[in-house]
Amino acid sequence: MRILAAMSGGVDSAVAAARLVEAGHDVVGVHLALSRNRGTLRTGSRGCCTVEDALDARRAANLLGIPFYVWDFSERFADDVVDDFISEYAAGRTPNPCLRCNERIKFAAVLEKALALGFDAVATGHYAEIREDAAGHRELHRAAAWAKDQSYVLGVLTAAQLDHAVFPLGATPSKDEVRAEAAARGLTVAAKPDSYDICFIPDGDTRGWLADKMGAEPGEILDQSGAKVGTHAGAHAFTVGQRKGLNLGVPAPDGRPRFVLEVRPSSNQVVVGPKEALAVAELAGARFSWAGQPPVDAEAGFACQVQVRAHGEPVPAMARVVDAGVDAGSAAAAGARELVIRPEAALDGVAPGQSAVVYVGTRVLGQVTIDRTVSAAPLPAALPVPV
Amino acid sequence: MTVYLDHAATSPLRPAVLDAYAAALRTVGNPSSIHADGQRAREVLEEGRERVAASLGADPMEIVFTSGGTEAVNLGIKGLFWARNAGGGAGAGAAAALPRPRIVVPRGEHHATIDSVEWLERHEGAELCWVELDATGRVRLDDLARALGDGGDVALVTALWANNEVGALQPVDEIVALATAVGVPVHLDAIAAYGQVEVDAHRTGAAAISVSAHKIGGPVGVGALVLARGWDVEALLHGGGQQRGRSGTQDAAGAAGFGTAAALAAEQLAEHAARLAALRDRLIAGVLANVPRAVLRGPAPTGTAPGSASVVRLPGNAHFTFDGCEGDSLLMLLDLEGFSVSTGSACQAGVPEPSHVLLGMGVDPATARGALRFTLGPDTTADEIDALLAVLPGVVDRARSAGLARRIPSLGR
Repeated sequence: MRILAAMSGGVDSAVAAARLVEAGHDVVGVHLALSRNRGTLRTGSRGCCTVEDALDARRAANLLGIPFYVWDFSERFADDVVDDFISEYAAGRTPNPCLRCNERIKFAAVLEKALALGFDAVATGHYAEIREDAAGHRELHRAAAWAKDQSYVLGVLTAAQLDHAVFPLGATPSKDEVRAEAAARGLTVAAKPDSYDICFIPDGDTRGWLADKMGAEPGEILDQSGAKVGTHAGAHAFTVGQRKGLNLGVPAPDGRPRFVLEVRPSSNQVVVGPKEALAVAELAGARFSWAGQPPVDAEAGFACQVQVRAHGEPVPAMARVVDAGVDAGSAAAAGARELVIRPEAALDGVAPGQSAVVYVGTRVLGQVTIDRTVSAAPLPAALPVPV
Repeated sequence: MTVYLDHAATSPLRPAVLDAYAAALRTVGNPSSIHADGQRAREVLEEGRERVAASLGADPMEIVFTSGGTEAVNLGIKGLFWARNAGGGAGAGAAAALPRPRIVVPRGEHHATIDSVEWLERHEGAELCWVELDATGRVRLDDLARALGDGGDVALVTALWANNEVGALQPVDEIVALATAVGVPVHLDAIAAYGQVEVDAHRTGAAAISVSAHKIGGPVGVGALVLARGWDVEALLHGGGQQRGRSGTQDAAGAAGFGTAAALAAEQLAEHAARLAALRDRLIAGVLANVPRAVLRGPAPTGTAPGSASVVRLPGNAHFTFDGCEGDSLLMLLDLEGFSVSTGSACQAGVPEPSHVLLGMGVDPATARGALRFTLGPDTTADEIDALLAVLPGVVDRARSAGLARRIPSLGR
């Protein structure tokens, strides 16, 4: 196969490319320039997409003896990932930019360009497995190493995208093994620290970065009854489920800790309450997709496990696709359809904007971007409606 | 088969150059030393300087060797700017009034020039007066005259002799005449022109001219500023004072290699230019006939005599835009087919930027993204041109479909 190996400059994508070369594929290395500040140097282990990363990727490609190019997707990345990240927060939601990048950049814009230029597939260093069912349909599965499993951020891939995706690290038992393999192959990135957090926020200070981009205005913190219990310096600095940094002036009547239940950007308000008020009994959204063949019983409802965070625990749930409007409170447009998920036990700290990825065992069935949640302990009706 | 069509980036070391360079590298001696070893090194150095001077119509004492074209350009521009403003606030920042703050500079210059003048603007109080290009990339002389005014407050004019991207030869005689008429010195960046057209320092009357060895088959890391007798530059590098306006141990081996390349270039100029022009014309005709919607950028070629005023395009340069393509797709596909070419514009971290030269010529940014530059050299053959012409239509087709794919995603939602 003619494979484009996306090489970030890290150890995973370098080893992924090396395995493809060894397997006899015709491999070309491509580094995606995603940042508009490529001239900056990496600080510590954070971030990516700097000139230094491009150089690391180039050196790895040199060692593998494969051609290497840099593709500039910084404009698309700024529009589809960074701006989306900001506008999601501005709307009071909690987005996952890695998932958005896979959905719109790596396995959309990059894959399509690669296919048009004559490649058969795009390979990355993600930890996930692609398998085929008896009929030859491709399925996405968790990586063998659950600790490194990245199937959550790949949950957005469609059947058409999976047909052209290659994940050579999926069956590797651990990251240590990948590092050892990189060292044995003489790759200089063998000991390079992992990148983590959000690549376009290199210092890891997401709140500060958001405040920079969006501005921050002081506002009220309310309890469930609508009473003012404190003030904040900017609503977007909070996420649902957050406990620390609230600095409430009025203690809870029962003296128990309080958590962020809701962020209301339109009125710049943050609502807090006890932990049990975080419990979510149902979540739903209109932006859902299937990672391969859709479940046959999608409309009747099917048993699955749902995971709402990259490294969260999957919990047993029932899911079904319904016509929007059937369920009270649906915000979806008339005629649209929604994926509705009811976890067996209530979930904590689920915020609109997050993605719920649906599994059956190790297989990723699909995902939905959460538009709305139904609380297991609804807020009292007395709570004033924001204007 | 690999075909190298990027001689404007660097041209292969000529065998005779390698011999002279290697022989000189094997000997010891600092040209500034007084002993016999030093004297032998000095001899090698000065012989090289004489050959470089002869190839440029200059006197040996007018040749200041540098570490390459970039240093020569920096020394020519900054050195003249400082010298022209000496005693009038240079070095004291923008607060002190400069007698001659203005630098007149065309759009579409090389980044060595752009970044130097912009640095002077930020740090030294320079005022930049940009001169517009015409649609073929040539400097508009009427706009140059406007920018010069009476010249009283102009430190210098700096301009390319030939544009390194689109191959436009500039009207250097007219540029120098206009500036000289108002008493303003001219620095000419002749790095792309040298070896392909006659670069005659004395006849042109420029105050300073920058050239580089590796573009004419000499070694990388050697260049020269031709600094006319009547002008001085303030130094960039301070130290032993080995040359006019430049300190640092002199590179005898580099001078030997450069001198050999310069002598060969001068000796073979007419024949070389005619040969390149014929290959270039074959390439241009083939591309325009076989690739739909290909547009030649830069002046249409006329004449081949290297000294002739009718020559308006570098004989070794063919530059096109292919609308609907991304330059990086074209580059990759051609590279995978074995052809080394360039988009012509500067890169950051390996990413080609839309060319400021094309933008300066009035080309829209989307079209400018689909640019390719082919630059020919002494080893280029007609068979290589034909091989390129055989694959180029398919490559452009494929790059166009990829360009389209990027605008209309289908696999994503």
